[in-house]
Amino acid sequence: MDAGLFLAVLSGFVLAGLSPWIVRATGRAHGVILALLPIALTGWFAVQLAAMRASGAAISEGVAWMPGLDLRLSFFADGLGLLFCLLICGIGALVLIYSASYLRGHPDLPRFYVSLLAFMASMLGVVLADNVLVLFVFWELTSLASYFLIGFDHERPAARAAALQALLVTGGGGLALLAGLLLLGHVAGSYELSVISGGNFDLAGHPLALPILALILLGAFTKSAQFPFHVWLPNAMEAPTPVSAYLHSSTMVKAGVYLLARLSPALREIDGWYPLVTGFGAATAVVGAWLAFRETYLKRVLAYSTVSSLGILVMLLGVATEAAVIAAIVYLLAHALFKATLFLAAGIIDHESGERDAEKLGGLAPAMPITAAVSILAALSMAGFPPLFGFLGKEQLLDAAHHAPAHAVPSLVALAFAATLTVAVAIRAGIKPFAGSRVPTPRAPHEPPGGLLLGPALLSAAGVALGLAPWLVAEAVLAPAAGAVLGKSVAVELHPWHGFTLVFGISLAILAAGTCCYFARAPLGRMARPIDALAAWGPARWYDGGLAALDIVASGQTRFLQSGYLRRYLVISVAVAAGLAATTYLTGGDSPLMPTGWWNEVQLHEALIAGTTLAALAAAVRSRSRLGAIAAMGAVGYGVALLFVLFGAPDLAMTQLVVETLTVILFVLAFHHLPDFARYSSRRTLIRDGAIAVAVGGLMTTLVLIANQVQVAESISWYYAEHALSAAHGRNIVNVILVDFRGIDTLGEITVLAVAGIGVYALLKLRLRD
Amino acid sequence: MSSVILKTAARFLQPLLLLLSIFLLVRGHDEPGGGFVGGLMAAAAFALHAIAESPAAARRALRIDPHVLMGTGLLLAVASGMMGLAAGGPFLTGRWSAAPLAVLGTMPLGTPVLFDVGVYLVVVGTTLLMIFSMAEQE
Repeated sequence: MDAGLFLAVLSGFVLAGLSPWIVRATGRAHGVILALLPIALTGWFAVQLAAMRASGAAISEGVAWMPGLDLRLSFFADGLGLLFCLLICGIGALVLIYSASYLRGHPDLPRFYVSLLAFMASMLGVVLADNVLVLFVFWELTSLASYFLIGFDHERPAARAAALQALLVTGGGGLALLAGLLLLGHVAGSYELSVISGGNFDLAGHPLALPILALILLGAFTKSAQFPFHVWLPNAMEAPTPVSAYLHSSTMVKAGVYLLARLSPALREIDGWYPLVTGFGAATAVVGAWLAFRETYLKRVLAYSTVSSLGILVMLLGVATEAAVIAAIVYLLAHALFKATLFLAAGIIDHESGERDAEKLGGLAPAMPITAAVSILAALSMAGFPPLFGFLGKEQLLDAAHHAPAHAVPSLVALAFAATLTVAVAIRAGIKPFAGSRVPTPRAPHEPPGGLLLGPALLSAAGVALGLAPWLVAEAVLAPAAGAVLGKSVAVELHPWHGFTLVFGISLAILAAGTCCYFARAPLGRMARPIDALAAWGPARWYDGGLAALDIVASGQTRFLQSGYLRRYLVISVAVAAGLAATTYLTGGDSPLMPTGWWNEVQLHEALIAGTTLAALAAAVRSRSRLGAIAAMGAVGYGVALLFVLFGAPDLAMTQLVVETLTVILFVLAFHHLPDFARYSSRRTLIRDGAIAVAVGGLMTTLVLIANQVQVAESISWYYAEHALSAAHGRNIVNVILVDFRGIDTLGEITVLAVAGIGVYALLKLRLRD
Repeated sequence: MSSVILKTAARFLQPLLLLLSIFLLVRGHDEPGGGFVGGLMAAAAFALHAIAESPAAARRALRIDPHVLMGTGLLLAVASGMMGLAAGGPFLTGRWSAAPLAVLGTMPLGTPVLFDVGVYLVVVGTTLLMIFSMAEQE
């Protein structure tokens, strides 16, 4: 079995686990050392991509994970997956190197790397997973890693709130996604994405088509911050800047886009696909661009513009023509390059000058010329200035909207609006801090160390190089990705110069209008006050309201259900469980109501032991002293153990005896701490509790006796008896069942045991500290 | 609590109980016994020590923190499952091989045995964690 993809994902997790030691052992060089793995993986994925292009077949691998459930741990890589892998590992390596300088000396550095590397591995898992459940697991892991990274600075309440918001929004969407994927797998008859996206089944005509689409879109939209779920993304800027650059601009937020692209062959025939995906995408593109235009904090400006870009990508996938898909893939790469650069540059500005507000920055270029050049090039690429790669991306998407089969004009208008404001935003985020006259900043700015510059410089340079020579990636990287989405091989032709076309004209007009918007931002802002007032009632308010409502419901039901008295919980849970069992027993089935004939089988010595046990029980209930009650309970336990021996269950008997002994020891230890052995309950309570106890005990006894008479299914004891020695190499069937046949049950039980132990420990130790 | 009789008895009983617990663990696959009851027995041995001497003395005699025992046990159990996975079967598939014992022939060794050792350690750790926490609550 080939396991390269699995090992690639696994290696990321292994490195995450080892990273604290690596950071400690290698000191200042740890960034570069940790980056070796993603660099190697980038190379490996590039080789795989070349091999895949040569052979024309996607790489696929997998093992049966739970054959009984038909669950496979399977991975596959086609052009789309490998493009994402290259982005994840390539940008990941640069971000690791950047982080080492950015967070130098931070006491929680190991924790940071564990989360960041675990994220990288999970993200690889998302884009390489074949089985939808494997995809879902990694999908949730990325949300979890994002939670830890946003809340990295966990002592600030704002960071914690932002982390929770991101987790609730993306996690909630993840649950919808799970339901959607399961339904999809059910309808498609396969849970493998490679089969589902083959689209060889009639989904559009299926009655579940629309629910499936809605659930999957909910998952993708929350992850990719589509309106109205976009609120979490700007707040996620509480994370350290490298995290924003990596997770919240270039990779994780694109997981939703990836999923839409991956499933579009199967889903785009459904009627709702085009209006929902294109509509929400366009709305997100417009809203995001507007909010970015109105924001002044550097990172939040970039976050809103990321929302807008994600909207554009989703919108293009909704259109789903060949041109639109190619445009989406080109823009995806362009956006990853310029947006990661701008985030990293914003981090440098913050790091070196101590200022985060774009309006309070200016004239930094003489102090940090390299950073200025890097940032300005990225901003120009984002604005779509020729001949940078962003320009090619924008040409492609305008062209795709222009040639859209339906609603070409509204699509073009939405795109042009978003692109115009994006120009203004790019100038403010990437150029303004460096241009003009010097504005005083909290710290004297200077050029950052090489570790901080390397990442943004390389990404920015890539934007220039690919703009001038797009053939470097067009056929080798972008065409296979677009082909995977479209389900056929396509040619991607990118040229730095397309001639004087209509699209070029629009592009120039957008640049001009965007520049005007930038310089007119103050008057435009004053005119837009009513819109701002409207925005205050937007999704952010809904989230807060939803959270408050959740709190009210939770505290209400807690007050109602949770009295805090153990005895009340016991009564409720025992009575409810017995009530349900009794209802089923009395109403359903054709089994006899009362067991018959069992008394004929009772031997004299058995009756004696049972009688003694009952007498001991009575003594325990009636005892006036605690020690007497404990001793009597011990006698009950030994009596039961004796019965186990008589019925040929030595293992059970032995365990019961030791448990009884340990219980007595625990009692002895707790003896001094218990309250007086007095009667606390009123007579009524005693009668009520006694009645419940007798009813439950009686019911259980009856059920056990009846179960002995009724044979619902064939007994499987013979199977264990027959296979214990031959298959499991053991003669003690009980133990073989525990450790082999039903090992996973035992694993669950010992886990519960350990958790319970920790619970007891916490209860006792926490009380001590008070 | 300080009793010469209990202390003296405990000194002899504890090693016997520990031996018995290992005996139960090892024979468990073929005869009555196993990791669970063995673990309880070992916990009883240290509980006896805690009562006869002091919880601190019992902790010293145990040498390893109960938390660590619990964690190690769970890891062993999972690891034994992973071995089945690594061999190409589903999680927790039993794998067996015979380990040669100098003159006594061979002793069958399998991942279920490892699993049982994991159960043993979790039980010892959890029980002692509870017992020590209660005993130390003076």
